Amino acid sequence: MTIDLSQWHPIASSSDLPLRHVYQAQLHGREFAVWRADDQYVNVWENRCLHRGVRLSVGLNDGKELKCLYHGWRYSNRSAGCTYIPAHPADAPARTICNRTYPGVEEKGLVWSAVDPAGDFELPEVLKGCDPLVLRPIPLNAAPGLALSRLADLKLEGGTSRQIASTGSYSHLAFDGLDLPELVLFVQPVDAHRCVLRGVLKAVPADPAGTLRQFNTALNRLRTLIEAAAAEAPAPEPIAVDFRPIDEELASMPEISRSGPKAELRVTVARKWETSEGVAAFRLEPLSGALPTFQPGAHIDVHLPNGMARQYSITNGPGEGGHYTIAVKREPDSRGGSECLHNAVQTGDVLAISAPRNNFPLRRDAVKVTLVAGGIGITPMLAMARALDAQGIAFELHYFAQSKAHLSFPELLNELGDSVVTHLGLNPAETSAKLNEILADYGFARHLYICGPGPMLEATRDVAAKQGWPDEAVHFEYFKNTQEIDDSSTFEVALARSAMTLQVPAGKTILEVLQENGIEAPSSCEQGACGTCLATVIEGEPDHQDVYLTPTEKAAGDKIITCVSRSKSNRLVLDI
Amino acid sequence: MTHTKCTDPVVLEQWHPLISDRELADLGEFRTTLLERPLTIKHGARGIATVTADGPGASPKVLQQYGYVWASFGQDPNSLFPFPEFEEPDRRFVPTGVFGVNVSAGRAVENFLDMGHFPYVHTGILGEEPHTEVKEYDVEVSETRDEVVATRCRFYQPKAALASDEGADVEYTYRVPHPNCALLYKSSPADPSRRDVIYLFLQPMGEEWVRAHTGMCILDEDNTDESIRYFQQVIFGQDKPILENQHPKRLPLDPRAETPIRADKTAIAYRRWLSQKGLTYGVISVAA
Repeated sequence: MTIDLSQWHPIASSSDLPLRHVYQAQLHGREFAVWRADDQYVNVWENRCLHRGVRLSVGLNDGKELKCLYHGWRYSNRSAGCTYIPAHPADAPARTICNRTYPGVEEKGLVWSAVDPAGDFELPEVLKGCDPLVLRPIPLNAAPGLALSRLADLKLEGGTSRQIASTGSYSHLAFDGLDLPELVLFVQPVDAHRCVLRGVLKAVPADPAGTLRQFNTALNRLRTLIEAAAAEAPAPEPIAVDFRPIDEELASMPEISRSGPKAELRVTVARKWETSEGVAAFRLEPLSGALPTFQPGAHIDVHLPNGMARQYSITNGPGEGGHYTIAVKREPDSRGGSECLHNAVQTGDVLAISAPRNNFPLRRDAVKVTLVAGGIGITPMLAMARALDAQGIAFELHYFAQSKAHLSFPELLNELGDSVVTHLGLNPAETSAKLNEILADYGFARHLYICGPGPMLEATRDVAAKQGWPDEAVHFEYFKNTQEIDDSSTFEVALARSAMTLQVPAGKTILEVLQENGIEAPSSCEQGACGTCLATVIEGEPDHQDVYLTPTEKAAGDKIITCVSRSKSNRLVLDI
Repeated sequence: MTHTKCTDPVVLEQWHPLISDRELADLGEFRTTLLERPLTIKHGARGIATVTADGPGASPKVLQQYGYVWASFGQDPNSLFPFPEFEEPDRRFVPTGVFGVNVSAGRAVENFLDMGHFPYVHTGILGEEPHTEVKEYDVEVSETRDEVVATRCRFYQPKAALASDEGADVEYTYRVPHPNCALLYKSSPADPSRRDVIYLFLQPMGEEWVRAHTGMCILDEDNTDESIRYFQQVIFGQDKPILENQHPKRLPLDPRAETPIRADKTAIAYRRWLSQKGLTYGVISVAA
């Protein structure tokens, strides 16, 4: 019997997916991990973690993400993308680490799926318009085809069953002489020699509990009958299943790189609102399909109608995969980005954006995390706070703003409760005093994240350094690089892996020269703030002009931000 | 001619552990399976063990070394790896138990080499959240000794010393001198200049079914054999359900079968080493 992998089948009852559970389902020899997120989305994934093949059905559903039991890898609701690898807490996982997903549709008390569907799910005609009662599923050791051919043998005490219709996946039965609704009995093909009978009564009977017992007895008798018939024939071999290989790039673990700011996604502005004084929030939803996985700290490039590209942090909490929400402050001396988003872009508009990129990853190997946000710097901090809150890691979010009216996303701040501390209307001296208080108690495995305007960010870093916070515990993200860039030097760049030597003239950046020569070099802000164009220095002395690297990293001299920094030596050898 | 289902010459030419000398002395006779083939082991005079095949086919060759009875169906089995610590007179040799596990030997070896799972599987004992980082370490395949060696491995352990509640990094060295055997060296609380050895010897009953022989060669005057055994039983009891939920059960050798990260350098080297040996039993070979 050939198998039709495009056919939709019920694979679980809705009641198999209670709060925070992971259910193991099977279809055509494949194992699925089926779980409901807190937003009610039903995820149907291949039942193995991409890392070491451990079943995800033994994993932990925290309502937003599924965590593998073996190494704590976290996978996001909806996209199934990996959001965190605890063994490497300082690195953002490549967003292409993504579990294999299958479609899942919940309707009429059942979860439906297909291995390789030809189109969208369509409810079988026979179930349309009914208010069903789903029976207890009955597993059978018998070939699905054999089970289908014997469904009409179902007998209930005191009546006769009559088959109204039969298809390749179910039988429609009525019970003459009994006051019972019609039954649609599906055969879920589990493997070549195994299946599950999933019955749906087309109406809720007068005595649901009694009826459930009645059918349970009858279906178990049918089971004995079919299994006896199956035992007479030799059992077919189980269906051999191939696992899809992971992407080639992941097998060797280099980062995926592409030149320049990217605009690979199209989104619609589903909602635009003023979240605080002078700050517009945008909820961006995909035109079709799903959005790629993001991690706290990630940003997207937004390509504006006026031709500009700007970077904005994603504010979403974990597992919120149906949209990206960003916020934009109206800058009076804007170069045109915030002006355009505030005035020109409206609800319903379509924008081009890049996939999320994370150069500001959140370490979670911390006993406590301190988040410091200044003004619009709240956006990445909000995503981080929501991830820490969901994961139960102790944190404080200190939010510095002019006034209460300047606090963005007040509804989300409320959800975080006492972990959020606001500091309103402080002058620089008061801010500095407050920071001294906040950062007074550095200890082992504590981390500090800062995002805000340049002067405040520098003040926070200074205070942290004076209070004994080591460089590696202090993480920051500048909005922009306000330093004067000196691009007057001329030098040579040798690319070790590409075996090329290029000249960088005055007035051109290393990044520009790389891109002109066809070298794949990712970039985003192109002003030394976001860290996307980071490269490793093998030889030579970099002339750092960015605000991304820490002083320790700059002093080490083995990393360079190629969009602004240059070389003090005549020659710079890069690991590209 | 042997009648084993296993035809992999790499596996057939290895010595495989069957039972510890001590356990055999207690039992007198023991029946087990090696490479899908039932065997009977008998304790003879002066502790000499004999191994006979149940049913047709030749009986395997026998070796008694490192406190175990080993068998091989090979014509000219490879000599067993060096384990000098076993011979050191001041060490205690404590076999800590045998565990039946429904998984391939390769999966069990990889789990033994893996530090990243400590906070999740051995919570509060060998690791603890949030201290989850696997720091950079070194791996090499030693040409001279034909074994995978990982050094400078460090991992945060919640109770690093017996007399302390403070957590600290503990340093480990791993050796894989045999496709189904691995040794772990860990600084000894009793003598900081020397290291305790924990071993895992796997007996492949079939491709997806092993008996895991575990034990230690340690410098320890304080703990009883029973408490050491209890500790190891707890650790292995935590690993077993994870191992039995790995899918597929055989170890995939194709680098694209699963997603390696830097923390898995030892496992990557181990898989490559098995591939180079041409081993096929209990693994999913790279498609040609």
